[in-house]
Amino acid sequence: MNRALHNPRLPRLLHPAAWWVWAIGLAMAASRTTNPLLLALIVAVAGYVVAARREIGAASPFGAFLRLGLFVIAMRVLFEALLGGGVPGRTVLLNLPQVPLPAGGVRLGGAVTLEGVLAAAYDGARLAAVLACIGAANALASPRRLLRYVPATLYEVGTALVVALTYAPQLVDDARRVRAARRLRGHAGRGPRELARLAVPVLDSALERSLDLAASMESRGYGRSVHRNAGSRRKATALTLFGLGGVVAGVYGLLDGGSAPLLGLPLLVVGSAAAAASLAVGARRERRSRYRPDPWAAPESVVALSGAIAGGLVLVASQRGVPGIMLQTSPAVWPTLPWLPALGLLLGLLPAWLSPLPPVRALERAGGLQDKHSPNAHTRNVHSEDVGTQDIHKSVGSAS
Amino acid sequence: MIRFENVGVRFKDGGRPVLSGVDLHVEEGELVLVVGATGSGKTTLLRCVNGLVPHFSGGILSGRVTVDGRDTRTHRPRDLADVVGVVGQDPAAAFVTDTVEEELAYGMESLGVHGDVMRRRVEETLDLLGLAEVRQRALRTLSGGQQQRVAIGGVLAAHPRVLVLDEPTSALDPVAAEEVLAALTRLVHDLGLTVLLAEHRLERVVQYADRVVVVENGQARSDLPATAMAKSPVSPPIVDLGRLAGWSPLPLSVRDARRLSGPMRQVLASATPARVVRSVTVSGQSQSLLSARALVVNRGRRTVLCGIDLELRAGEVVALMGRNGSGKSTLLAAACGQLPARAGSVRTGGLDPASLKPRDILRHVGLVPQDPGMLLYAETVGAECHAADSDVRAAPGTTRALLLHLAPDVQEGTHPRDLSEGQRLALALAIVLAGRPPLVLLDEPTRGLDYGAKARLVASLRSLAADSHGVLVATHDVELVAELADRVIVIADGEVVTDGPAAAVLAGSPAFAPQVAKVMHPQPWLTVADVAAALEAS
Repeated sequence: MNRALHNPRLPRLLHPAAWWVWAIGLAMAASRTTNPLLLALIVAVAGYVVAARREIGAASPFGAFLRLGLFVIAMRVLFEALLGGGVPGRTVLLNLPQVPLPAGGVRLGGAVTLEGVLAAAYDGARLAAVLACIGAANALASPRRLLRYVPATLYEVGTALVVALTYAPQLVDDARRVRAARRLRGHAGRGPRELARLAVPVLDSALERSLDLAASMESRGYGRSVHRNAGSRRKATALTLFGLGGVVAGVYGLLDGGSAPLLGLPLLVVGSAAAAASLAVGARRERRSRYRPDPWAAPESVVALSGAIAGGLVLVASQRGVPGIMLQTSPAVWPTLPWLPALGLLLGLLPAWLSPLPPVRALERAGGLQDKHSPNAHTRNVHSEDVGTQDIHKSVGSAS
Repeated sequence: MIRFENVGVRFKDGGRPVLSGVDLHVEEGELVLVVGATGSGKTTLLRCVNGLVPHFSGGILSGRVTVDGRDTRTHRPRDLADVVGVVGQDPAAAFVTDTVEEELAYGMESLGVHGDVMRRRVEETLDLLGLAEVRQRALRTLSGGQQQRVAIGGVLAAHPRVLVLDEPTSALDPVAAEEVLAALTRLVHDLGLTVLLAEHRLERVVQYADRVVVVENGQARSDLPATAMAKSPVSPPIVDLGRLAGWSPLPLSVRDARRLSGPMRQVLASATPARVVRSVTVSGQSQSLLSARALVVNRGRRTVLCGIDLELRAGEVVALMGRNGSGKSTLLAAACGQLPARAGSVRTGGLDPASLKPRDILRHVGLVPQDPGMLLYAETVGAECHAADSDVRAAPGTTRALLLHLAPDVQEGTHPRDLSEGQRLALALAIVLAGRPPLVLLDEPTRGLDYGAKARLVASLRSLAADSHGVLVATHDVELVAELADRVIVIADGEVVTDGPAAAVLAGSPAFAPQVAKVMHPQPWLTVADVAAALEAS
């Protein structure tokens, strides 16, 4: 491998898996605590790294995930207030009119207690923080790039997912254009009957486009190098599915504090081993090649480890029962910051300095230093249209 | 390299054959142009080369097609991927990945080319097609010309020996089309690539061809370009001019024609084109149908139009030109109220189109969008006409009568998808005209139209103008503009760069001059018809 890649100062895009491991580490920490101070710290760490290392010009779903998180908290509190939860409390905030229900155990309306609201808010905040971590991973390394690394045996599934990711936004564009065209024929384009009318041309063009795409993929050799027999293919697919299933279940076990201890780390290890085995089996039979695979060098390891260790520390702390990780809600107390886990979480900030800058961001920064009058000089150059055509249009202007 | 032996194709059992008895032989290193009217079987012929017909499309193929000795009956398209590269009509629809570099590498990945070789070939292809500056850009953000070059690069990087292209320049502005064709000719000359190319806009490509294959009624015959053009059912203006003047051999490039045109230019030196006279009379004080004052329009957060001033009066046909992405479609969308003005104003017949109810817009302005299919929903042409009548509360039969006038040969029971491009455009235009809008807008109407359909479109639009409608056409097609427009507005980067009579604007520009203007320069002749009329008068 090129040794320069180990230098975190060399601008490049990091291996997407590194960012996802880092984010899952933080998410694991978030899932183990209900302390709002710790949760806020996790979101702040994720947000800071996103702000420092996100590629400029790429879509950033981080904000959308944050809003989704706030929505989750709001809904959780609202349902708690309306339906009540299992948390007994004495501090009544307000009394809603209660609707008598025949079934026991469920109530509608009635007293809203501080303890109940707090428990719901903490619980919602935990989910919101996990969502923020996932949003950060999405912003730092698009899932599309991660999909390039699906095991060879799942190549077809991976391709289908990539194509779907491309088509979803196009379908939305199509719908917008058809609606605009509907307006041209004197209809507002609203209402269920109109919706049915819109569906025909949208689906029509989607189908046509997918046929074009299929023809293009076929004539460019898609599926050509598959020379496996059915038996070995089934075996490899089963191994891969089992491995991925194991990884998913293992991650779930680590994230969910309440599940059986067997479900966590051991399953993750077994799953990873199976996935690796299927990768090896698949790679041996695979004839496709991969263009410019992302290298895994020192910065990748640093990023992945920083997230994993931060998550691991909180995990250990929660299992040791360190005070302040799970917050007491009944009776309610002021949250305090447990110092040791908090310092551990700050490890997750390291990528903001120790990972390489993405290329466009690096250009932007360099441009800003060289030429203070036009900080975007470099990027503008990269994105400008062909200069040649512009000149010709100018000459048209002067000719008349 | 490519050999067709008595090839016939039919898609329905017992149906009319699309191709029959085709015998062709294309040598290595030739650039072969396939011409023919819409629906003549050009695309089918091209798709036979790599076996998409019949492996992918279905249908029955008789005879034999071999490429580099491989028979398409026994080789699927994917097995021919290393020999034949195919670029379809719509480059964007064929993209599998989402960035330039990955798209270039995709074909090689499928073929299992080694990583180092792949890296080198991607770099070579980026240079060869001038794409190095946009290598990391998302494909969606590229201009049409760049997308077309990426599509060509994507198949080229896999080093096929045959390149098959279906209308590679029909969606491009004149400059972008030149770029693509220049890249292609370089490939033929430098790499000995065999190229098979179908194109409606012959004026752009015929001069580069080594041979021309004319497809007519399912038959195909191959000739030298000049011989083929002499009796071809479709021909570019320069060939028409040559036929008119009786030049022999027929000129195929502007350079050849200019050498032959000396005597004709002398005869016409004192004549004035009828068009110059007309455009003076039209710009009198007729009613204003569209006016924009310092118009600023955004698409999302991007400002596309920044300060447009223009005026369109009844009885005028105005062409809107400018490179891909310069804001033509946005201006049309603003003129019919699809996009609101962010600053400045746009008025159609004195009213702001964005504030009108959908039902009332039809009485002021009608737009035929780039893909006329967007306007069509019904199962049959008859049902579509009926729906259009009730949309605008016109008397039953109005749309049908308009359609009969625009395209007499369209049957009631046909599905709109089965119409030819020209017929579908006529149907969309009839639907729009049913509301009797004084102002008619058309966005890129000639995509996929052959010369016959284009001539019919020109005749319909001119008769609309004579009926004191105003017509605004956004287009890249300079020959259409030469035939059709009184006035040309050129926009670039969301600003009006030029606004003037068609003859002055077109004849004075190297990029936008039609072929006849280039041949007759410096005399302001734009079309063969103008020249013919003047010759008759003198």
